[in-house]
Amino acid sequence: MSARDDILGRVRTALASVQPDPVPVASPRAAPSGDLVDLFAERVADYRATVVHCPADGVEVAVAAALPAGARVVVPPALPAGLVAGLDVVVDEGLSATELDRVDAVVTGCRVAIAETGTIVLDHEPDQGRRAITLVPDRHVCIVRADQVVADVPDALAVLDPSRPLTWISGPSATSDIELDRVEGVHGPRALHVIVVDAPI
Amino acid sequence: MSATFVGMPPFPEAARGALADTQLRHNLAHATATIREKRARVVAEVDEWEELRLAGAAVKDRVLRDLDEQLVRLEESLVARGATVHWARDAAEANRVVVDVARRHGVDEVVKVKSMVTQEIGLNDALAAEGIAAWETDLAELIVQLGEDLPSHILVPAIHRNRAEIREIFRRRMGQVGRPAPDGLTDDPAVLAAAARQHLREKFLRARMAVSGANFAVADTGTLVVVESEGNGRMCLTLPEVLVSVVGIEKVVPTWAELDPLLRLLPRSSTGERMNPYTSTWSGVTPGDGPQEVHVVLLDNGRTRALADDIGRQALRCIRCSACLNVCPVYERVGGHAYGSVYPGPIGAILNPLLKGTGDPQTDSLPYASSLCGACFEACPVRIDIPEVLVHLRSKVVDAHRHDRVPKPEAVAMRSAAWAFGRQRRLRLAERFTGLGVGIGRRIGVARWTSARDLPVAPRESFRAWWRRTDGRLDEAP
Repeated sequence: MSARDDILGRVRTALASVQPDPVPVASPRAAPSGDLVDLFAERVADYRATVVHCPADGVEVAVAAALPAGARVVVPPALPAGLVAGLDVVVDEGLSATELDRVDAVVTGCRVAIAETGTIVLDHEPDQGRRAITLVPDRHVCIVRADQVVADVPDALAVLDPSRPLTWISGPSATSDIELDRVEGVHGPRALHVIVVDAPI
Repeated sequence: MSATFVGMPPFPEAARGALADTQLRHNLAHATATIREKRARVVAEVDEWEELRLAGAAVKDRVLRDLDEQLVRLEESLVARGATVHWARDAAEANRVVVDVARRHGVDEVVKVKSMVTQEIGLNDALAAEGIAAWETDLAELIVQLGEDLPSHILVPAIHRNRAEIREIFRRRMGQVGRPAPDGLTDDPAVLAAAARQHLREKFLRARMAVSGANFAVADTGTLVVVESEGNGRMCLTLPEVLVSVVGIEKVVPTWAELDPLLRLLPRSSTGERMNPYTSTWSGVTPGDGPQEVHVVLLDNGRTRALADDIGRQALRCIRCSACLNVCPVYERVGGHAYGSVYPGPIGAILNPLLKGTGDPQTDSLPYASSLCGACFEACPVRIDIPEVLVHLRSKVVDAHRHDRVPKPEAVAMRSAAWAFGRQRRLRLAERFTGLGVGIGRRIGVARWTSARDLPVAPRESFRAWWRRTDGRLDEAP
């Protein structure tokens, strides 16, 4: 008997007298209070990310301000070139991990942002790039539009496509493994810079 | 190379040793108090927390009640997305799958994301036996691995180590397995974390194969979820060409939307944060992004035994948050090693017996490693009634010993009591000797029982005698 048949057989025997429950479980929701974008900005800042607001026509300036002078920046293929004009840019067309390690920063958009938890979610479409480029460089500049902000986790799940690889980011990388002392910056980007664009609705 | 829990003594003996370690007790008291406070603060923010717990428990129960269908659907979804699915009845089968994949790709090293299930099956040792190095990349697991030590907590496995010890371990051992610790390494946590970053970076960038576990596996979509803080998970899940994920069969979640309560319950219960820094989800292979060869090993290793236990089944709801460890007065005083398993604390006290069955003295001692205070049930985000399961498991241990040729003292006491209570005459006779018996007992003691309990003073007369004497008149006190 194959391992598969053996295991499934044991599961069925174990559940012989148990009735399945086909109805999906609905989770409780809290009514969001106040301005979602403000809440999002506050919660991300709590994780010691840098958060700035800018108008729709001020993104290019905000991006440049988020980067140290002379920084070498990798960008995803579909990020509008105008946002990083004048910077030392390399467009990711399959850079190796070692090449990414020599880059200083990455600039991307995002798919959705969660106000309650201060979370940015990337679905790695061409405006955000494949997963490696937001992982290896030490600084991640992420552009979040106000209309991308939702209230809480269930709202994000409703918008996200699970067939895409997803990365949920809540602040820079951290650990509390040494005596429970929280230390920022282990393997992921040590600096997370969020630009919230107050786009017109 | 690594230490092992095999051969650990039963809990009472192991606990005695741990209790005498004042440094350990100090570390644990500080650590658990800190995490408890953080958790309490963020849980208080969520008005609907109790309903969320009910929803989380309901999602897991829904899966467990229908697990065979869910597993079949998970396999279909994974295969449709380009993953290869393997089934493993036990640790040996699971390890063989990982070794075979490594062999086929000719790798002599793999990088690992923290995964309790891979510790449960002893994967690192199985790989080492085949000449394949398994590099732990989670900071605490790295500390445990370099220190040739054992994990003592589900979430912060190196909590029993202080910074000076960690510095020593890094200085002594990093150079033996890769980039050495920098000169002048201090014991400041930020400096130590930076040393770990440097040491592991070269391994991340060159590794061709990674092994992970998964916090959740969504049946409908074939999506695996890994929840982490440091970024080592993201490194392992996206840089190498080959990824093998070992997943316990109880990790299934039916639909994408039903991840919701669990994703909201886990970070606040485990690290006391609104959300952990990084959560990665992926469904099979994504062309041009991440590993192009993806394997998933579905592991039983005793889970079907737990599933068959009507009362114990709820233990499989566990999402490995470790909230129960942090509130447990017993765990706080003895730490994880005393439980002799990669799953310590209250959840370990029920999970190990459920996965393994009765018969091993060390495992049999675990359901008794509790005062049944119930704090764990209050803290559990998926409402596992740990005290109920503990009592149930105690009865299973007693039943397993019911026909021993040499009965345990407790069994003798119970049988004597059953004999005495069997007939009114016998009870009356036994009552006559209460004063004498208790008097002797208080004097000579039954050491193991009375070392932590006081025998009460025997009353001057039994209730029956008093009733006979006073004809039940309440104005005459006994």
